[in-house]
Amino acid sequence: MDLAVDVAGLKLKNPILTASGTYGFGVEFSAFGDLAALGGIVAKGLSLKPREGNPMPRIAETPCGMLNAIGIQNPGVEAFVDKILPAMPWKETAVVANLYACDAQEFGELAGILAAEQGIAALEVNVSCPNVSQGGALFGADPGQIARVTEAVKNKAGTKPVWVKLSPNVTDVAVCARAAEQGGADALSLINTLTGMAVDARTRRPRLANVVGGLSGPAIKPVALRCVHQAVQAVSIPVVGIGGISCAEDVLEFLLVGAHAVQVGTANFLRPDFAFRLVDELEEMVQSLRLSSWEEYRGSLEIGN
Amino acid sequence: MLKKVCREVTVEKMLPFGQSARVGEFFELRFENPGWSGWRPGQFVMIRPSDWDQSLIWGRPFSISRVSEAENTVSVFFQSVGRGTGRMAQLAPGDKVTVWGPLGNSFAMEPDTPTLLLAGGVGIAPFVGYAEQHPHPEKLELVFAHRLPRECYPYEDFAACTHSCLEEHSPDDLPRIIDTLQHKVREYRDGLILCCGPTPFMRTVQTAALKVGARAQVSLENRMACGVGACLGCVCKDGKGHHVQTCTRGPVFWAQDVTL
Ligand SMILES: Cc1cc2nc3c(=O)[nH]c(=O)nc-3n(C[C@H](O)[C@H](O)[C@H](O)COP(=O)(O)OP(=O)(O)OC[C@H]3O[C@@H](n4cnc5c(N)ncnc54)[C@H](O)[C@@H]3O)c2cc1C
Ligand SMILES: Cc1cc2nc3c(=O)[nH]c(=O)nc-3n(C[C@H](O)[C@H](O)[C@H](O)COP(=O)(O)O)c2cc1C
Ligand code: FES
Repeated sequence: MDLAVDVAGLKLKNPILTASGTYGFGVEFSAFGDLAALGGIVAKGLSLKPREGNPMPRIAETPCGMLNAIGIQNPGVEAFVDKILPAMPWKETAVVANLYACDAQEFGELAGILAAEQGIAALEVNVSCPNVSQGGALFGADPGQIARVTEAVKNKAGTKPVWVKLSPNVTDVAVCARAAEQGGADALSLINTLTGMAVDARTRRPRLANVVGGLSGPAIKPVALRCVHQAVQAVSIPVVGIGGISCAEDVLEFLLVGAHAVQVGTANFLRPDFAFRLVDELEEMVQSLRLSSWEEYRGSLEIGN
Repeated sequence: MLKKVCREVTVEKMLPFGQSARVGEFFELRFENPGWSGWRPGQFVMIRPSDWDQSLIWGRPFSISRVSEAENTVSVFFQSVGRGTGRMAQLAPGDKVTVWGPLGNSFAMEPDTPTLLLAGGVGIAPFVGYAEQHPHPEKLELVFAHRLPRECYPYEDFAACTHSCLEEHSPDDLPRIIDTLQHKVREYRDGLILCCGPTPFMRTVQTAALKVGARAQVSLENRMACGVGACLGCVCKDGKGHHVQTCTRGPVFWAQDVTL
């Protein structure tokens, strides 16, 4: 079976992308496998101006997962376009830019700059980063803001597909999904991290300097599946599933509830060749289960008798 | 550039050190060479035992202590301090570990420059390979500060590589250690100083080196997730106050280029 998928007009070799912030700009992993084998790479979140990010410590390991409060440290969109993008494998695989900003106008400006780049296959809008008090979380929880930001990006995105990345830290993810669709999103991706916290009972200190951070990894997979399921039911645009994926069977689970593709994040820290191995493992599993096509399998979850 | 590889390899040996002190705290872990084309002292390797389930996500970073051509093995020396290293202490020959490396930059090596090595505790680990690879080990002098008895650490492995003068400082006498460090740094003002140990120890060396204008390098031990520069979880502040990845821009930094 051909593993290729089509996400809102964007052709991917297979349904596996690497998630923003966990895979740098891809090149960090080129020693460990062939980046061309991946369905795509979602680059580290970008803002208009460079950002230093949060103070250390920024990461903490938790049972079956981790917390992070990186704070979208990035070199800014200009340096990305000038220095980083040319070195990325955009001819071999889909490079998706991940956008971070604090208001709709800034989001639009960012989108305009990135849309002019041949190397960018799609724009993913991060309305859900919980780390920076000023930005993400605000948009992510407010359907009106989600729609406005989506529209602002869409207006400047030209022909590039716009994916809106949703936060799970909301009362009803279906409402947010519909807001993004109404704003003109071509696809949705979810979930971003869940807000969490870890403390040290002995030293009486928080484990992250930022005190709170975003939880990711296998621990969040059930929440992610539920959110993807609800989003798929709520909209008619494609959904990209993210959250806790650590094996090929997890990938199939997300496709089963209706996702067109998936992103893997924290599992890349299990070993740096994780994503490459996952593509191989998925291929084998698809064969051994004798699946006939993604169209047939996608969303084929049988509920009730 | 030395090629980085990620492989699952077999544990060849687990050597406990200093059984008289605290059973099960210090180990040399020797594993099959994953096919490295080379390495440089100061570089590190990420290790994740293959039988870890998903309750522990990250690999753990360790200085490469030595690479034996004859045995075709790589050695790290580690102290059991927490969840991950505690479970690593139970590794046995034949077990599988997933390792990626060699990672990061390395210590400066100047064959003819008198070089002072300042090690605190397990910070001695990278210096074993350093002494072994140094063309003129007689140019090396080690000051070793440690909390537990000397046999807990690979001190003898270091000593076997060099005839250099060795100075040693044990436990609790902090003011004396600080005094020795400051004195030694001044003495090596025109030489090369390399330091690996707990942060307060390195800060003392950094401050002293900057004061007298000595050339000194420190090796950082920040928490890491990816080890390859991607997650930005391990950053430190460089000389200009910008966050840079300890795993790829370091772990070794010149004293004036890092905020400890
Ligand atoms: C480049 C580099 C080289 C290293 N080389 C060696 C070495 O040769 N030998 C050796 O024994 N250790 C070395 N370390 C430290 C080692 O990686 C940590 O001790 C280990 O990751 C702790 O894992 P854990 O799960 O057992 O501890 P955790 O359960 O995660 O933590 C236990 C305790 O250790 C502290 N801790 C956690 N991570 C680190 C860390 N990276 N550094 C210092 N303290 C930490 C925690 O704050 C906590 O107090 C090195 C670290 C780096 C970054
Ligand atoms: C260290 C780290 C950094 C991240 N940075 C970003 C980011 O810059 N932008 C973004 O949209 N999501 C970011 N994320 C969220 C991931 O892309 C992903 O949505 C989340 O981790 C859930 O997937 P996982 O369980 O597979 O990791 C980050 C996650 C981690 C662990
Ligand atoms: S450990 Fe991930 S960037 Fe250094």
